[in-house]
Amino acid sequence: MGILEIKDVGKRFGGLQALSDVNLSVKENSCHAIIGPNGAGKSTLLNCLVGKLIPDSGSVMFDGQSVLGRSPYEINQMGISRVFQTPEIFGDLTVMENMLIPIFAKRDGAFRMHAIESVLAEKQVIEQAEAMLEEMNMADKRHMHAAAMSRGDKRRLEIGMCLSQEPRLLLLDEPTAGMARADTNNTIDLLKEIKEERDITIAIIEHDMHVVFSLADRITVLAQGTPLVEDDPQNIRGNPKVREAYLGESA
Amino acid sequence: MLGLNKKDVTLLTFVAVLALFAPFILNPFPEGSAMAQFNAGYPDLMQRFAIFGIFAIGFNLLFGLTGYLSFGHAAFLGIGSYAVVWMYKLLDYNVLWGLPLAVVISGIFALGIGYVSLRRSGIYFSILTLAFAQMMFAISYSDLLGRFVGTTITNGETGLQVYTSDPQILLGANEPNTPHLFGLVMNNSFFLEVGAWQFTFNVGYYFSAIVMLVMFYLSVRIFRSPFGLMLRAIKSNNTRMSYTGLNPRPYTLAVFVISGMYAGLAGGLMAAMDPLAGAERMQWTASGEVVLMTILGGTGTLIGPVLGAGFIKYFENIFSKINDNVLHQWFSFMPDGLEDAMVFIVHPFIGKGWHLTLGILFMLVVIFLPGGLVEGGQRLAAWIRSKRGGAEENTKSSTEPAE
Amino acid sequence: MDAFLLQILNGLDKGSAYALIALGLTLIFGTLGVVNFAHGALFMIGAFCAVTLSKLLNLSFIVEDPTQKDFLGNPLKVKTPYIESWFGPEVGSVIIDWSVPLAILFAIPIMVAIGFIMERGLIKHFYKRPHADQILVTFGLAIVLQEIVKYFYGANPIPTPAPEALSGVANIGAVIGLDIVYPVWRIVYFCFAALIIGSVFAFLQFTTFGMVVRAGMADRETVGLLGINIDRRFTIMFGIAAAVAGLAGVMYTPINSPNYHMGMDFLVLSFVVVVVGGMGSLPGAVLAGFLLGILESFASMNEVKNWLPGIDQIIIYIVAIIILLTRPRGLMGRKGVMED
Repeated sequence: MGILEIKDVGKRFGGLQALSDVNLSVKENSCHAIIGPNGAGKSTLLNCLVGKLIPDSGSVMFDGQSVLGRSPYEINQMGISRVFQTPEIFGDLTVMENMLIPIFAKRDGAFRMHAIESVLAEKQVIEQAEAMLEEMNMADKRHMHAAAMSRGDKRRLEIGMCLSQEPRLLLLDEPTAGMARADTNNTIDLLKEIKEERDITIAIIEHDMHVVFSLADRITVLAQGTPLVEDDPQNIRGNPKVREAYLGESA
Repeated sequence: MLGLNKKDVTLLTFVAVLALFAPFILNPFPEGSAMAQFNAGYPDLMQRFAIFGIFAIGFNLLFGLTGYLSFGHAAFLGIGSYAVVWMYKLLDYNVLWGLPLAVVISGIFALGIGYVSLRRSGIYFSILTLAFAQMMFAISYSDLLGRFVGTTITNGETGLQVYTSDPQILLGANEPNTPHLFGLVMNNSFFLEVGAWQFTFNVGYYFSAIVMLVMFYLSVRIFRSPFGLMLRAIKSNNTRMSYTGLNPRPYTLAVFVISGMYAGLAGGLMAAMDPLAGAERMQWTASGEVVLMTILGGTGTLIGPVLGAGFIKYFENIFSKINDNVLHQWFSFMPDGLEDAMVFIVHPFIGKGWHLTLGILFMLVVIFLPGGLVEGGQRLAAWIRSKRGGAEENTKSSTEPAE
Repeated sequence: MDAFLLQILNGLDKGSAYALIALGLTLIFGTLGVVNFAHGALFMIGAFCAVTLSKLLNLSFIVEDPTQKDFLGNPLKVKTPYIESWFGPEVGSVIIDWSVPLAILFAIPIMVAIGFIMERGLIKHFYKRPHADQILVTFGLAIVLQEIVKYFYGANPIPTPAPEALSGVANIGAVIGLDIVYPVWRIVYFCFAALIIGSVFAFLQFTTFGMVVRAGMADRETVGLLGINIDRRFTIMFGIAAAVAGLAGVMYTPINSPNYHMGMDFLVLSFVVVVVGGMGSLPGAVLAGFLLGILESFASMNEVKNWLPGIDQIIIYIVAIIILLTRPRGLMGRKGVMED
């Protein structure tokens, strides 16, 4: 049994069968990559995992509990954090404030009214945030407006925000899309570090094969809304079906 | 001190000094001088500064922090007034009964209206709150609720007021016949004559000012709290908010209710100064006014709404007082033809034309100064600094968040 | 049965006004993505175009008629409108009598011009600003426009009658064997509204211009990529929307004497209509306009009012709230319009 069990998931948009018979199991403390050409249904699948979409059929279980029908914030509270393709951070707030919010959310749940206490009085939360900023190498940027940072730094901050919640499953949606080579490599190094040092399961959707083969323990290839193969990285490399799915369409 | 950092204590002290010494500060010109018409140190106007200050501070908690633009906050203002006048009618003229009730009732209404309106955001939210306020206005103006239950509730067009036939069951023999706080009559004033100056210290003003200070302090605390942080997070990025395990809706609803309570308190204080409540207080123009005060002062800043409220109420008062005679006096130094021409040009903007001036001001602020007076002041300060000090200083200030 | 039909008819004139204003609002929102709080002011300005024309036509000179004496024995002063002296008393008086319908011709260029000036001069600069700023600036504009009208025309309603031939009542039920007596002008208003709505839809449906605009409403960026100058078309759409609101105002003057704040009164309800119909849906706006107008007219029946006093004044809001709670996108709203 994996920590994330996807069974017979199907999703239709009008005339388009976006997903059909998706079965997938993500093992605890592994890094599972989901790859596939454009339009293979990767994003749709991801949206089904985080509560943005509800599949027409099938089930999605996280640690023995169904995530279907729950809102994104409930799913996050179950222990799933998501990193977006374009970094979603609180641009108007400072880096430090960005880091405080997920820690508060982890401690206080989806809603709690602390309207009179000062943020500055929350010593423990601040310490945790400082520690995470250190870990992300961003301590010197703590008073910067998040929106003013570079793309790579925004990505780092977003990953840091997710990690600060100590999620059991980290979902990454093309984390290096639109990044320069150097930023991509930095991000790969960061993710490798996270993988080694933490008890965390990572599911990653990615286009860039370099990223996938650097990180993944297990790879599922999605084509036309259904899993084509699931195997270890070294076997995927030589698999003719995968080559066909990829080379046949894009390049 | 008071659970605030140093900067906020300074700000609070500044507002407190302004509020407590307002009778002096607002009366700089000696009695009888030509400039005396620009004095603002009389009770009626000072009370409005404090009361609309509260209204705007509350509105800013919602709009400034979360970015949800409510166009119906005047409804809560009216509810607060009605609640207080009803307590006069049923119990007695002590404002202590009515004000808490005003806060509670407007909070209940805000909960209902907010629950429905906050299901949508953006424009939908603005339109919904506007529609709710217009509905409340229609209900009050025609006393629909009263007609429905068979007794008057808002007294329709006439407005709600106290009659001698009202029960007033707590009314003692020697009790004052106007609003008071345990015998401290709101209308009473104490005058201080210093040379040609006359300063007025009004009980009602000081009562409202102290309430305003408490409310200001509370808003500073909310701004600096984890709750305030979450509200700013909603404004900044709602998607990240939900994917961080936070449910935005109870946060927005909570602040909507708080903001409605501020408005209800302001409305209650209006009735505490003058024991009347009318439906016109709920009209969309009143909702628009508080929006204007907030953006004029500086949305999302602490001091902005207070400044905005003072600014608008002061100029409303000055502009409404000016008539053609005053204008002729002003322009009397000009040749006759030019004088008449100037009076003719300025005429539409003064007296009853204040709303035209207000509308133009509204547009100018939104177009040219979206950050309001506070941003204007900051820009001015930065400009002066760059003139004086050189480049190294203002690079530092650019990353500081606005206060 | 007669009473029932009568209420439906009664709802049609107000419903027509709602539908016309909501149509313009939706056009502007759909094409430009701007919520125009000054749209009610355009309706009001249209109404005052009719007032202005009727005042202009009634401009008179005064001559003393020595053949007639008033009761003090002085020569009687006779007012003669210029228009009568130019075209002769008969044609002149007909022109004056028909001032409201004539005001349509007078209002179209004025409204289109105001629309262009508004869009080019102000709204254009707000496309990239947040919706809150758009609301605020158009709200300020609405105040300014209405105060200007108040300055020139005063605060009191100005009665502007319909042509004599169209101002009576007619038994329109006679055709189908029922007895329904109904003011003629209201029927005219409904037909006029239907004509305008039909023309707008036909224009959008059957002309290339309309096709581009509809495509732009669906996906602005793609159309922009095709190299079509969508901005200019949107300016024209704004002019058309302004003209639609203005004409709705012109023709409404005989039903309700115009005053300076009629625009805001209608605007709030028209917004509710747009929300009920579904933001961004033109048929939704028209449908909801008529539905809510008719509903309001039923709520103002005495039988209903005795049962629920004052329900007529708030029924629209109540319905809007119920609809939003049950169908958040409105009656015909599309997915993805203003979801966040």
